[in-house]
Amino acid sequence: MKALIDENLCTGCGTCIDVCPVGAITLSEGKAKVSDECTLCGICVDSCEFGAISLPKVGTGELPRDYETYRGIWVYAEWRHGTIHRVSYELLSKARQLADKKHVPLASVLLGYRLNGLERDLFNYGADIVYVVDHPSLAYFTDEAYGNVLAYLAKEYRPEILLAGATSIGRSFIPRVAALLKTGLTADCTDLDINEEGLLVQTRPAFGGNIMASILCPYGRPQMATVRPRVMEACRLAETRSGVLERVSVPEELFKSRIEVLEETVCEGPSASIVEADVVISGGRGLGRKENFRMLEELARLVNGAVGASRGAVESGFADPSQQVGQTGRTVAPVLYMAVGISGAIQHVVGMQGSRIIVAVNKDPQAPIFNVCHYGVVADLFEFIPEFIKLVKGGC
Amino acid sequence: MHIVVCVKQVPETQNVKIDPTTNTLVRQGVASMMNPFDRFALEAALRIKDMDRDNVNITVITMGPPQAKEVLIDALSRGADDAVLLSDQAFAGADTWATSYTLASAIRKLGSVDLIICGKQAIDGDTAQVGPELATLLDLPYATYVSRIEFLEPRVLKITRQTDEGTAVWKVPLPALLTVLKDVGIPRVRSYRATLRARRYEVPIWGISDLRLSKESVGLKGSFTQVIKVFSPQRAKDRTFIEGSVSEQAARLYELLKKQGVPGL
Amino acid sequence: MDYFLTEEQRLLQEIAYEIVKERIRPVRAELDEKEEFPWAIMRDLAQSDLFGIWIPKEYGGLGMGILENCLVVEQLARGCIGIATTFAASGLGAYPIVLFGSDELKRKYLPPIARGEKLAAFALTEPGAGSDVSAIRTRAVRVGDEYILNGTKQWITNGGEADIYSVFAITDPSKGPRGASCFVVEKGDPGFFFGKKEKKLGIRTSATRELVFNDCRIPRSRLIGKEGLGFIIAMKTFDKSRPGIGALGVGLAQEALDISVEYARKRIQFGKPIISFQVIQHKIADMAMKIEAARALIYSAARYLDTKADAPDASKIAAMCKVFASDVAVQVALEAVQVLGGYGYMRDYPVEKLLRDSKILQIYEGTNEIQRNIIGQELNKEYGRIKESFIR
Repeated sequence: MKALIDENLCTGCGTCIDVCPVGAITLSEGKAKVSDECTLCGICVDSCEFGAISLPKVGTGELPRDYETYRGIWVYAEWRHGTIHRVSYELLSKARQLADKKHVPLASVLLGYRLNGLERDLFNYGADIVYVVDHPSLAYFTDEAYGNVLAYLAKEYRPEILLAGATSIGRSFIPRVAALLKTGLTADCTDLDINEEGLLVQTRPAFGGNIMASILCPYGRPQMATVRPRVMEACRLAETRSGVLERVSVPEELFKSRIEVLEETVCEGPSASIVEADVVISGGRGLGRKENFRMLEELARLVNGAVGASRGAVESGFADPSQQVGQTGRTVAPVLYMAVGISGAIQHVVGMQGSRIIVAVNKDPQAPIFNVCHYGVVADLFEFIPEFIKLVKGGC
Repeated sequence: MHIVVCVKQVPETQNVKIDPTTNTLVRQGVASMMNPFDRFALEAALRIKDMDRDNVNITVITMGPPQAKEVLIDALSRGADDAVLLSDQAFAGADTWATSYTLASAIRKLGSVDLIICGKQAIDGDTAQVGPELATLLDLPYATYVSRIEFLEPRVLKITRQTDEGTAVWKVPLPALLTVLKDVGIPRVRSYRATLRARRYEVPIWGISDLRLSKESVGLKGSFTQVIKVFSPQRAKDRTFIEGSVSEQAARLYELLKKQGVPGL
Repeated sequence: MDYFLTEEQRLLQEIAYEIVKERIRPVRAELDEKEEFPWAIMRDLAQSDLFGIWIPKEYGGLGMGILENCLVVEQLARGCIGIATTFAASGLGAYPIVLFGSDELKRKYLPPIARGEKLAAFALTEPGAGSDVSAIRTRAVRVGDEYILNGTKQWITNGGEADIYSVFAITDPSKGPRGASCFVVEKGDPGFFFGKKEKKLGIRTSATRELVFNDCRIPRSRLIGKEGLGFIIAMKTFDKSRPGIGALGVGLAQEALDISVEYARKRIQFGKPIISFQVIQHKIADMAMKIEAARALIYSAARYLDTKADAPDASKIAAMCKVFASDVAVQVALEAVQVLGGYGYMRDYPVEKLLRDSKILQIYEGTNEIQRNIIGQELNKEYGRIKESFIR
């Protein structure tokens, strides 16, 4: 299976040859030829200005037997410490638009134990129905119990679309749900839409964010996607919006988890959860010494943010490995990402390029970090950061 | 104990870049390597083997084109005992479902397996889905984002996993599947003896007939998700350099960020 | 140049160089600066099987020879000769056991050294006995089933870090050099202590310490070979190890050349890369010639010594490898600093370290002066045996 070349349209210009990441395209008798090395990544399709390249179609063309019976959009409502995670509100707001476009109801699913009252805000952010499963076995997250229950509900109620946040929880158990339901799943979407056929168009970054891919799930139901936090706007529709609350009891055996949760710890302080924070202040080797990270910690504390680090800084012992942002560390997408004394290697950039505002502070104007930032500050960080901290202090 | 490590051959990310002037993708060479996270998965397995060399057997498995054999040879050179390559024209174009489905069939064919270890995700797709889907298809308990593996009993693990806000410690009975982070340990270097053995090792290649799978259930035909369009992301074109003295720079940045509603400012 | 190495020999080079690229180059400056012992890299080398290079297969090693050892240490030396010396010193410490140890000693000590679990060290030099080896004063006295050691060893590589020491001591002072013997002493043996870690010009990641024996009691079975064999053991060991010192020099010089050429191709002065100037071309040409000559000498000598176990000229050939290649290393490192100019003098670039490190190669394992003596004396002996006249 490989990319298809329409020889009538191919001009033999060779543009596709240069973009293929696996080197699978060559020119033969003036036409592009695709070898078996092709991984069907699709990069070449977009590069061809003559529309000569297409990808073969997935599946066997058969729709699921009961395809017509799937209806409505679901958003899995994730919670932490008794409050709904923001990504669920973001998703509900987006899903509301999609539901309106398709003229179908929007439901949210809440799994947990004694989560009374959390459904109210799910209605306020757009849900028409909230399904609640309340059970002691759901007090802690485990992939098995959560996955079993959500898959069971989806089999019973047959939503056409099922969405969840691409948090560590969502990315962990939603694939189980997809596998149990035998359907497709697209991870880490940054955009969702409905096409003219009514299918969910899921757009996500690939190749470390260097390209975007739009993906359909034509023959699987529900169409499933996890969506990155903070890329969609949460929009509260009303202070009190009414909806249908449905408490569902499910067979007891679904709660069985072979895994036992022994302990859960929450990191505190400015190094806590760079993934969750709205503001991440990251330091690199440019900080020079571990002690200099205190400056970043102070700034992070002032704005209720977290402190991240480049791999270089972690390897030099300036910061904890849990703070590392990048390919081998965490992927973050805060509202503000401030890269301080970080040169901006590609491995770092892939971990933070989804941030809404990127500020780079570096004394070297040639540093590659300035190619990805929105605001560049060429300055000595040891002068600039204390100056900036003064302003933040004054502003508070 | 039999451990299976799932690995993937990926292009080196540095080789896929956006040309800043034309805003199109440019490829530089076609070097490929073992997915970095899978090297940690292998290391995690090897550390378990280090504790009981004679009784732990590690099989590495990959699905890919014939040249994906290279990553298996690499894994054998670092101490894995056996390797299997899943390669068939029919496997091409598999999404995570079809990949998991194929891997699950192969692992069933391997017979008794006590532990499956995968990397947290592959750096080309970044989906992190194959581990959990594979575990589900094999009906195994699983834990993702594992940073530490310990044994409570011969057949019970105590694992530490990273969550978005901290850590969780789980008790996991075997057989099970884990997806691991780099915290499990620095991948080891090649060993002379193992490399010599790896070079002479005949990697079995399994296709659809070996796995008794139909053409319709694997690869593109067995997949659900269809890529319809690939495009270059919109880059921050409106980059602004903030000029002036340090105090002016700080003041300007502060105002700009405040205006854009950055929380906490 | 192709030296017609076997697949196995090329693989050894490949694996050693991979360790250099992935593990040694990224940390060598820091290890040097902090004078920190390279434990993490010793673990990598252990996992690579390379510690077993010349330990016989039946004791868990690879059972290889001088050439293979040279190939490995040459590659390691491209990364850092402080690390390569640490590695090589363990082999040197094990060699007396390999050559003359009883089966019991071999079974006990060689497998953990081959696996890299334990480091070994070679303890000959004393404060009063450097080039004049016959002046050693450390005494070993047999009392019942034990030997009691008293004395001090100086500048012992891997001292304090190694677990296993081959120690030379006098058992019969009346016999002069024929009265020396060699013993295995373990870290932790009663009466065995370590002095301070020495501060050195170069190879600062390697540990160099004083060993102090104060009524140190060891079982009689720790004697290697027989009483009185000490000097023979030492000389046979050096015949095997000295080509390796030459190989360290070749590796170091190769690194200096690699850096110099890369730099000269990038550095622009007077509007062009400095490699376009003849003066730089001549410098790198001389560097490259010397390196290749040294390498060719070492590889052929190593092959010869491996093939002919009791070569009569072994000491002369081994000494030639050591002297020639270590002199080349110092000359090439010195020239590399010159090619890089001011940058070469700065610690931001790796060549100043190469220069500092190179100097030890002319000093340790027998100074180059002593090596030249050996070569000269051997020549004198050889020609004394030849009846033919070359002067007509």
